Amino acid sequence: MEKAKTIIDKIWEKHVVHREENKPDLLYIDLHLVHEVTSPQAFEGLRLNNRKVRRPDLTFATVDHNVPTKNRDVIKDAVSKKQMEALKTNCRDFGITLADMFHPNQGIVHVIGPELGLTQPGKTIVCGDSHTSTHGAFGALAFGIGTSEVEHVLATQTLWQERPKTLNVKVEGDLGPGVTAKDLILAIISKFGVKFGTGYVMEYTGKAIRSLTMEERMTVCNMSIEAGARAGLISPDQTTVDYLKGRANVPQADAFEKAAKSWLALATDEGAAYDKTVTIHADEVEPQVSWGTNPGMCAPINGSTPTIADSDHPEDLQRALAYMDLQENQPITSIPIDHVFIGSCTNSRLSDLRKASQIVVGKKVKEGVRAIVVPGSFGVKMQAEKEGIDTIFKDAGFEWREAGCSMCLAMNDDVVPPGGRCASTSNRNFEGRQGNGARTHLVSPEMAAAAAIEGHFVDVRTYANHQSTSAAF
Amino acid sequence: MEAIQVHQGKAIAMDRSNIDTDQIIPKQFLKRIERTGFGQFLFYHWRFDDDGKERPEFELNKQENKGASILLAGENFGCGSSREHAPWALLDYGFRVIIAPSFADIFYNNALKNGIVPIKMDETVIKKWMAVAEQGKLELVVDLPEQEITVIGGEKIHFDIPAYHKEKLINGWDDIALTLQLEDDIAAYEAAK
Ligand code: SF4
Repeated sequence: MEKAKTIIDKIWEKHVVHREENKPDLLYIDLHLVHEVTSPQAFEGLRLNNRKVRRPDLTFATVDHNVPTKNRDVIKDAVSKKQMEALKTNCRDFGITLADMFHPNQGIVHVIGPELGLTQPGKTIVCGDSHTSTHGAFGALAFGIGTSEVEHVLATQTLWQERPKTLNVKVEGDLGPGVTAKDLILAIISKFGVKFGTGYVMEYTGKAIRSLTMEERMTVCNMSIEAGARAGLISPDQTTVDYLKGRANVPQADAFEKAAKSWLALATDEGAAYDKTVTIHADEVEPQVSWGTNPGMCAPINGSTPTIADSDHPEDLQRALAYMDLQENQPITSIPIDHVFIGSCTNSRLSDLRKASQIVVGKKVKEGVRAIVVPGSFGVKMQAEKEGIDTIFKDAGFEWREAGCSMCLAMNDDVVPPGGRCASTSNRNFEGRQGNGARTHLVSPEMAAAAAIEGHFVDVRTYANHQSTSAAF
Repeated sequence: MEAIQVHQGKAIAMDRSNIDTDQIIPKQFLKRIERTGFGQFLFYHWRFDDDGKERPEFELNKQENKGASILLAGENFGCGSSREHAPWALLDYGFRVIIAPSFADIFYNNALKNGIVPIKMDETVIKKWMAVAEQGKLELVVDLPEQEITVIGGEKIHFDIPAYHKEKLINGWDDIALTLQLEDDIAAYEAAK
């Protein structure tokens, strides 16, 4: 009998173009996603060396990081404009398909890949962006690369990669009601740390993972990089197949059935060995709120910021609390917020917006709070509008925007001001991420929505039944 | 990429863990379409206050640290965003070697592609060196072919680096040119697909 293999081994073996002893493998890349920020220098390198793009047909580009999310006709920032125009010129010159700002396929690169069916099980997928791990939700081997590697893939459609170690992140049991995929991944990172995945590809397994929808799986895989893992994936199953059926770039009819069969065969074999395994019990996970300056610094909603003296790295903790303007042992529910951002490649898909809108229906955003919703793609935005989700948000006092990265990294005008405090559904709470001096608290869309209404964090599990808890503050 | 074999320089200590690439080069500087000129923005918000004035307490701004070309840092250096602007900024500022207990995977690769030597070193050694560096007194010789670091006036220590990375750094090789020599393999793979 053949040796039991993980999905990681199976995909890897299928993509080795060249192998030499004591060297990394040369891996073939099936899909290269490109955006405006990490690509200009790569195209410039091609030009300088008279090289062409080897497989424009396996390359797909969009603009997301820099795009304005309102008043798109005038881009005030000349440098941003230049960068977006550079991508346009590069795609034209090198024959690459581009979903430009006004194109119906435009959106955050990690939202549109799956939406368009470009992302498929078994593919190797790269992008000059660390959250490429998102596509792993489909059982693809997907990871972020730097600009030199972008250039390398453009020129050769391959990458030199050291074979990673494999890490099984086993999630046993079931998530409780009102606890989301976002809470799960934040809990995983805060339990095992921001570098436990370094040098590994993670596979998420277990009952709780199997019962997640594709959009929830994307939320989990998206944040693998925040645990240090370049890639995180989930073995394909019927949920994966059902999601992909009928999408633009997947095979159709009989060819689809055939593809689906080969996808399902990629799943990790019973008894396959991993280099490392960690286990977490989904039942113990509570809604999470990050309180510090990296995604491992989280507490359950009913918990508090930590005690400095208990830490192995007290200086790091002290620095984080000082930046966040919080005290040690401060209850999470006592933290007031003045900004809310619902968006980003972690949580800007239709189901995220649906669930968040259910929290705010018939309510009003707290006075003094600025709340924005930024759909992940034009497609998400259109569908949400069809369902009246935009109206629910707008009636509650949220701003409803065009698709893009927006306040996740604040490269465009969507910035949290210095000293501002934001409940954000994004993935990074680094210093200054959402604006110089801005403070970010990572939460699920439901938690962000509830915080917008109350002006501070509340437990969504009990919130739905309450009119308002703000009287207590 | 500029080849690097033996590098001697002053070392500076940044005793912080998880220094992310958002801190190394903040997003507002990622709009440029060039590879050069990022050094002036390195660690921008740690280095400068809101009026653009140097923060005197920040490591890079201390007089005794000026001219340093070797950076000592805490674990998980370069975590977060894949932006290669981070090594571009470090290199442009003058850093050729970074020594830390551990590096984030993407940053580690990005550094190598730009002729920066990322060296993994035991935390206790780094802590000891940091204490000396904090007085502006740490001068190191990094010998890549020999895989040795010599503290001027002190010890000599071995470091590990994968052989193929070392070879590329020493020769300043261009990855793409090397890969294009394997055109036959790539074409054969595509044909078999
Ligand atoms: S939404 Fe944020 S994390 Fe995702 S790709 Fe855009 S900037 Fe990166």
